[in-house]
Amino acid sequence: MLATTTATAHPITVRDLTVAYHDRAVLWDVDLDVPRGVLMAIVGPNGAGKTTLIKAILGLVPVVAGQVRIEGKPLAEVRRRVAYVPQRGSVDWDFPTSVLDVVMMGRYGALGWIRRPGHRERQAALDALEQVGMRDFAGRQISQLSGGQQQRVFLARALVQDAAIYLMDEPFQGVDATTERTIVGLLRDLRSAGKTVVVVHHDLQTVPEYFDWVTLLNVRKIASGPVEEVFTPELLRRTYGGHIAFLGQPDQDGTVAAVAGGEE
Amino acid sequence: MPDLLHDLFFDYTLRTVALGAAILGIVSGTLGSYAVLRRQSLLGDAISHAALPGIALAFLLTGSKAPLVLVLGAAVAGWLGTLLVMGVVRSTRVKFDSALGIILSVFFGIGLVLLTFIQKREDATQAGLDKFLFGQAATILAQDVVTMAALGGVALLLMLLFWKELKLLSFDPEFGSTLGFPIRALDILLTTLLVIAIVVGLQMVGVVLMSALVVAPAVAARQWTDRLGLMIALAGGFGALAGVSGAVISSTAARLPTGPLIVLCASALVLISLCFAPNRGIVWHALRQRRNRRRLHVEGEVIP
Repeated sequence: MLATTTATAHPITVRDLTVAYHDRAVLWDVDLDVPRGVLMAIVGPNGAGKTTLIKAILGLVPVVAGQVRIEGKPLAEVRRRVAYVPQRGSVDWDFPTSVLDVVMMGRYGALGWIRRPGHRERQAALDALEQVGMRDFAGRQISQLSGGQQQRVFLARALVQDAAIYLMDEPFQGVDATTERTIVGLLRDLRSAGKTVVVVHHDLQTVPEYFDWVTLLNVRKIASGPVEEVFTPELLRRTYGGHIAFLGQPDQDGTVAAVAGGEE
Repeated sequence: MPDLLHDLFFDYTLRTVALGAAILGIVSGTLGSYAVLRRQSLLGDAISHAALPGIALAFLLTGSKAPLVLVLGAAVAGWLGTLLVMGVVRSTRVKFDSALGIILSVFFGIGLVLLTFIQKREDATQAGLDKFLFGQAATILAQDVVTMAALGGVALLLMLLFWKELKLLSFDPEFGSTLGFPIRALDILLTTLLVIAIVVGLQMVGVVLMSALVVAPAVAARQWTDRLGLMIALAGGFGALAGVSGAVISSTAARLPTGPLIVLCASALVLISLCFAPNRGIVWHALRQRRNRRRLHVEGEVIP
């Protein structure tokens, strides 16, 4: 069963997690252990419950059954340790506010009630914008950003949270090549800094290149582990139910480049 | 014109009405900005219509027509109506707009039934409650204005106090929730502030038109700026401007209703803003397009 609080507790532990929207199970009896310091992709077909899984870990959706532990504790006790990058389409980018303002929102949790962001928060936000290559956009109105820039602003907002665990929902969705490179670099920096990063990911082809850990999900957890062990044709076929084409032969370490059918 | 200005400061009735209209404009314009930004513009309509049975019940229960009593009744009913809308959306598959439509008309229907019942009673001291339907600015007294200022002031203070939290709620509530802020409680706080803004104006503008003063100043203000603070300040200013202009215009002729004129002034501000605001305005757009076309045309001739 669940390990009680120890120094070795996994960053994320999920047990028997079931989530349903109106009678329909979106996640069914999911068990998951995410080890410290991994760069993990969650992949699976549309409607597999990828987004729901990270939202359930963050306590954003009601769960029917099951338990989530962050570093062995309930989320409410360790909130500061977790940062979230939502899908960029989840907010109204015509909201009247600036890039700097959005990034500073990442400090709101540490600030607590009523206290306003000041010089220190401003500096942290500017540093984070520097990291994502958006320093010059600090004063820009957010409606003037491209999709890739919006994504980088959201990443910067998570960076200023200075968390230990990062949960990201489709950060590569519809971004330009520059942004994709920036994000990949950023993910690696986070891993080198000992952070644990979980990314909902759509593009199977880039999984072996970008990530070292992967969870295959289709309502149930199909498999979870190191990419070389889990990202195999057999397990992928089971995840995608046969709607999948493989490009070329599996390479030496057994991983494959694959394209899922029916994806956008 | 000088006479009007003179009256605005020295005519007791006009001064009181204008002051009340200014307060109501500031409060509803300011707090309405959040409703507009959160795409809940019609929430104001639901709150004001839902307030009607509260006014009638407050009178039936206490027998008093004191504005504070009636406003309190309005606030409780408006607040309950809104919580019901939020509850229906959360616990059923009914969407926000449908829930709004249902609750709004049910509460308003009950309100009309109660008003008719009160009017048909033997003791005919009741007359006057129907002023809450379309508003009756002329009956407003200095003490009403004090009540409005106190209620509105508290609402604005709370808004300033929770500025950062309300911004988070309006822009990205899910992210706010992951930071540990109780988003549902903040939602209820903001809705309560909006309820206060609306009941403050009911006596002057009435339940039917009140939602226009929640939406119009905010929509007008949005056209001129891309900064939240400035937008909210401008919306308050536009609300006040519409309130005072409406009051002054209605004083120029007999039988011109103040409430509807305030709403018309607010609508005029929206129209002007939609046309002439830089960046977002229609005229500005057209000018820019013409400039671009001409430039492309010229370049097209240079480059064969």
